[in-house]
Amino acid sequence: MTPELGQLALILALLLALAQGILPLIGAWRGNRALMAVARPAAAGQAVFVAFAFGILVWAFLHFDFSVRYVADNSNLALPWYYRIAAVWGAHEGSLLLWILILNVWTVALAAFNQKLPEVFAARVMAVMGLVAVGFLTFMIFTSDPFGRLLPMPGDGADLNPVLQDPGMTFHPPVLYTGYVGFSVAFAFAIAGLLGGEMEQAWVRWARPWTNVAWAFLTLGIVAGSWWAYAELGWGGWWFWDPVENASFMPWLVGLALIHAQAVTEKRGSLRAWTILLSIFAFSLSLLGTFLVRSGVLTSVHAFASDPRRGIFILAFLTVVVGGSLLLYALRAPKVAGGKAFRLLSRETLLLIGNLMFTVAAAMVLLGTLFPLIGDALHMGRISVGPPYFGFLFPLLMLPVVLLMPFGPFLRWGHGDGTDLKHLLLRVTIAAVACAIIAAFLVHGQIKAMVGVAAGVWIAVGVLLYSYKRWREAPRGRRYPAEMAGMLLAHFGMAVFVAGVLLSESLSVSSDVRMAPGQSKNIGGYDFRFDGVQRTTGPNWHADQGVISVTRDGSRVATMRPQKRTYAGDQVQTESAVDAGFTRDLYVALGEPMDANNIQGAWSLRLYYKPFIRWIWGGGVLMMLGGFVCATDRRFRIKRLPVTAAGNEWLAQESRI
Amino acid sequence: MAMNPTRKRRLIIVLLILAAAAVATVLVVVALQNNMNYLLTPSQVQSGQASGYKTFRLGGMVKAGSIQRSDKSLKVTFTVVDAGGAMPVEYTGILPDLFRDNQAVIATGHMDNAHFVATEVLAKHDATYMPKELKDAMARAHANKKISDAAAAQDSTP
Repeated sequence: MTPELGQLALILALLLALAQGILPLIGAWRGNRALMAVARPAAAGQAVFVAFAFGILVWAFLHFDFSVRYVADNSNLALPWYYRIAAVWGAHEGSLLLWILILNVWTVALAAFNQKLPEVFAARVMAVMGLVAVGFLTFMIFTSDPFGRLLPMPGDGADLNPVLQDPGMTFHPPVLYTGYVGFSVAFAFAIAGLLGGEMEQAWVRWARPWTNVAWAFLTLGIVAGSWWAYAELGWGGWWFWDPVENASFMPWLVGLALIHAQAVTEKRGSLRAWTILLSIFAFSLSLLGTFLVRSGVLTSVHAFASDPRRGIFILAFLTVVVGGSLLLYALRAPKVAGGKAFRLLSRETLLLIGNLMFTVAAAMVLLGTLFPLIGDALHMGRISVGPPYFGFLFPLLMLPVVLLMPFGPFLRWGHGDGTDLKHLLLRVTIAAVACAIIAAFLVHGQIKAMVGVAAGVWIAVGVLLYSYKRWREAPRGRRYPAEMAGMLLAHFGMAVFVAGVLLSESLSVSSDVRMAPGQSKNIGGYDFRFDGVQRTTGPNWHADQGVISVTRDGSRVATMRPQKRTYAGDQVQTESAVDAGFTRDLYVALGEPMDANNIQGAWSLRLYYKPFIRWIWGGGVLMMLGGFVCATDRRFRIKRLPVTAAGNEWLAQESRI
Repeated sequence: MAMNPTRKRRLIIVLLILAAAAVATVLVVVALQNNMNYLLTPSQVQSGQASGYKTFRLGGMVKAGSIQRSDKSLKVTFTVVDAGGAMPVEYTGILPDLFRDNQAVIATGHMDNAHFVATEVLAKHDATYMPKELKDAMARAHANKKISDAAAAQDSTP
């Protein structure tokens, strides 16, 4: 009985979403305040019903209700309770429900924080959010019902994909989705701004904190995913240019361009049309990300759902969203152009170059990711584009960004000053070259590692010099407003990230070896001694667990216990052992026994020495913090419009469009 | 020739965008050409379709009982089969978790005489799930074989 209540709740939520999506739009068009006022209560009601449905699914998982097909497919009696909760978003239907729940959380937050927004504008924003919810709820109710019954009810369920039974995976999808869905807010603001035409100048300022928060969540989600792939997949890599990874990376890149473009538009009024376009693209790419991951059209190591009907629905949805908003853009964009002029040597120009590089990079990733589909359509055979394509082009596109990064903050809006730049150029060059030379002795002259040090120092010194300049020149208390502090943090994160990537890529030592118990192998100055394999068991798995003692110059460093787990249904999963450190990780994964009948004997092992790999995620976390800090800036708080004659006149004027 | 500063600025921006687009296009085409990997099944390789490519991806099922490990090193040999062909594969390294008999795998590598030398071997995470592109490729190879069998049958009947 209870699962059907969940279904009912979803249908009611859809009806409320329809009300939220349509009535306020009509109200804004006709100037009818009663219709506009529908938006908030409808959104709140929808959120309650969706949360109720989500709660019912969680409850079904916690109480082993295997009469629900989704529960039976993704959990079993032996699965611990925390993974049973995570199993809610372990496959297609549940992750869609999570998507909608997060959309509702964003909508309710929007309704709560934006009560001071002009009425007409707020109504339009809420309506766009409602329409997005309509699309997803329809999709779920008609193609992906999580509450479908399985009769007769099985005694026990299958298992959650063992790859997903990891703390990183309980955390990664909700955070990533929060970022994805968050771009719907920027999208809703842009569409409402387009509908408002030239009357609406201030929307970019209101959209900025939301976009920054969404981007920060997406950053955290990607970092978590990367860390999970490193710890869980047993290959020791942190990024594979896999279609599913690319799906989250494209909206991230466009979102990155968007938060910079929004800054220009908000402060100077220029690039307004570009900002709107980017808002549309960021959200469209988030939808495409959902499409790529969940339809299974692309072969990927971890696309675990495939049903063409769903793919067609999302494709149609995507067409409506992209096509509709681009049509609106084409009709309205001429009305929103304008802004202050800027010279070639100005902060705007640098931000524009950055924007171009990020969008071109996103387009490059999109082409590489979709190329198998294009090749198939053109009858070129089954093609895939290898990681070297991305690995060659992406750094090339980011090179100008890294080179120009220190100069951006120093340049003024509108027109810059060349003399300042010459001093800066001299200082960052000296710092970067000096550090690279010092590093050359430590890394034995490896060029890529030296470049990594130089690039990291280049950016970091730029950030530090600018912080110092602010400290000296700005009055106390106004030196680092949140917006600037966030920018400095994120840029510093970029320095840490770049250094981490290049250092770990160039200095890593990896070795696939065959080892008998008692044998040792030296990797990166560490001695790895294999002490054999024993049997061990967990709540829902049994495993072969290896013991590896690591020493350096005779002193003990770590004892590592990598596992080879076997879950229900004979699913095998490698559990690597990582000894983490600030300057290096040691990483061991079990391969297989050389003789399958004798696990006490020799095994194949994967041994890694990975210097500075933590810096990659550390840089990502700093970028995320930058996004959050930036969003708290006081300037972004909306001042209430006077509810006087002027306000009403504004409303009347607005509703004429 | 005096130019309106706004126009000049716009012209410079447009030129910058065009130049960047041109460079990006050239690079993308070059990078794509160098990194396209074709997926072929053993029967397609045996019919000579792989001759044009230095590296490609070989997809199929691991033949039951064909996995053989070396005593001394991490070298392993196995046979990948599809409906109409078989290809011996040689690989040195650690195989993925789900690698076993009758499992769908995709190996990246090149031909060395009559056998395939793999640099990377992938098996699907989901044990029951066969990659769509591999399914398609095998279905196509199967269909081709039927056609050629039918043609052969026709040839032999006078």
